[in-house]
Amino acid sequence: MSLNIEIAGQDAFIVYFGEETSPAVSAKIQIAVDRIQAQMADIIVDLVPSYASLLVIYDLNRSDPFAVRSALRQALLNLEQAESNSGKLVTLPVYYSEESGPDLGIIAERGNISINEVIEFHQQQEYRVYAIGFAPGFAYLGEVDERIAAPRLSTPRQKVPRGAVAIADRQTAVYPAQSPGGWNLIGLCPTRMFNPEQQPSMPVQAGDRIRFEAIDRDEFLRLGGEL
Amino acid sequence: MSGFIVKQPGLLTLIQDRGRFGAHHLGLTTGGPLDAMAFDWANRLLGNDENATCLEISFGGLSLEAEVDTAIVITGAKSVCKINGKQISQWQTCSIKKGDILETGFASEGVRSYLSVAGGFDIEPSFGSSSTVVREKIGGLHGDKLQAGDRLPCRPNSIGLQLRLADQDQPVYGRQATLRVVKGYQQAAFDPIQHWRFFNSTYQVTERSDRMGFRLEGEVIHSSMVGMLSEGICHGAIQIPADGQPIVLMNDRQTIGGYPKIGSVIPLDTARLAQLTPGSGVRFEAISIEQAHNLHWLEKSRYQRTQPVKV
Repeated sequence: MSLNIEIAGQDAFIVYFGEETSPAVSAKIQIAVDRIQAQMADIIVDLVPSYASLLVIYDLNRSDPFAVRSALRQALLNLEQAESNSGKLVTLPVYYSEESGPDLGIIAERGNISINEVIEFHQQQEYRVYAIGFAPGFAYLGEVDERIAAPRLSTPRQKVPRGAVAIADRQTAVYPAQSPGGWNLIGLCPTRMFNPEQQPSMPVQAGDRIRFEAIDRDEFLRLGGEL
Repeated sequence: MSGFIVKQPGLLTLIQDRGRFGAHHLGLTTGGPLDAMAFDWANRLLGNDENATCLEISFGGLSLEAEVDTAIVITGAKSVCKINGKQISQWQTCSIKKGDILETGFASEGVRSYLSVAGGFDIEPSFGSSSTVVREKIGGLHGDKLQAGDRLPCRPNSIGLQLRLADQDQPVYGRQATLRVVKGYQQAAFDPIQHWRFFNSTYQVTERSDRMGFRLEGEVIHSSMVGMLSEGICHGAIQIPADGQPIVLMNDRQTIGGYPKIGSVIPLDTARLAQLTPGSGVRFEAISIEQAHNLHWLEKSRYQRTQPVKV
């Protein structure tokens, strides 16, 4: 794996960990995040891990580009040998149904499989949180079984409800708040993915792992879900 | 707590401190003043903490009623500002009394003005900042722009010394700007001809410009990238989507995105961009990271050495 440190802006570098995404790359990025936080805490403003990169924003008043680049090189040494940080495993309940997931039928038809198989395949995989962005608490999870992969809707919906479990290509996600959105909806999750009133405000962070577990309508409502 | 009552909110008035830092990992963007220099002066002329909460008034049209005796400053875009119908000076401390009506007219030069109050507005921070990001429904009073009837809490206060930033030290907001750029990100995916075009053309600011990003129109440039993975976006990053028209990403940008970027505009110059109206012309100038670093420190020195004058 070759690491590449590029300038992003006046006070930011971006580290590339390759050109493709994989659980192994994601694990390396997580180790890098941990090390940078430990070694460069006094000059770091924000870290943005993503699929195969890590954006490092630093405080220009406390450091300079040369010092930061050299500290980054130091922090990223021997990343290969480092003990893997596999993140924590979080299980999220999902009420899968045509009532809560209006696009289940389309995905089943595309993959030439039954709706029950779509639901089954979605639960089979353990997903990794590759990135958080788009909106507060929006976690990009990868990767879904090829048989349930589906392109974004040609016309995005004006309103996707909070908790909607969705698929776009080989990614899946839970909408943290009601918003417009173009992903295919397959169910609803009663767990809040972003709650500014709570500490921590998100149940997961980048590098963590997620499993989905089917629940029925009653259980969904009991857990605070709204239809 | 009493303070100011919003009579008319104007087109877009937002509660802002210097911004929300250290929350990108939750998907929260920075927010904060688009023109940090004008914001800083608003606080400094009142002797406020540099992170004290102010209002960012875009385009003008704000009207407030004071419920306390205190002092205010309005910096940034030029507009006719009045207390009880009598015009007041910008970039200068002004006393205001309980029951007074403060109005800001529509901006005639520049776009964003900043209103500070002695001691700052008292707004409960969320994720360490009072800055409002409307798209995220975070910050301010209710995660939204000001509404008629909102109350902006602040303590009564009096000013010892009336201060003003001398005319020659005030910025001039024209209809054009040169934006200095540190090349970076996918710059290697733009061939020399694209670089030449980009740095030798004039682009127009379009109507589709807001706190997330300024969309420009002009010479089309292309990268050799065919699809890329989403990655972290820093302030000022210049994104080139498939239509070849640059977008300069500002304070309320999404934290990750998947378009190629040729580099980033330095913050000193995104502040100038934020004061331009649609139709204004901008040019880009490439500078080295060393020059950017020097410019940052020189501007800091200039700011510290510029002393306000007594009125």
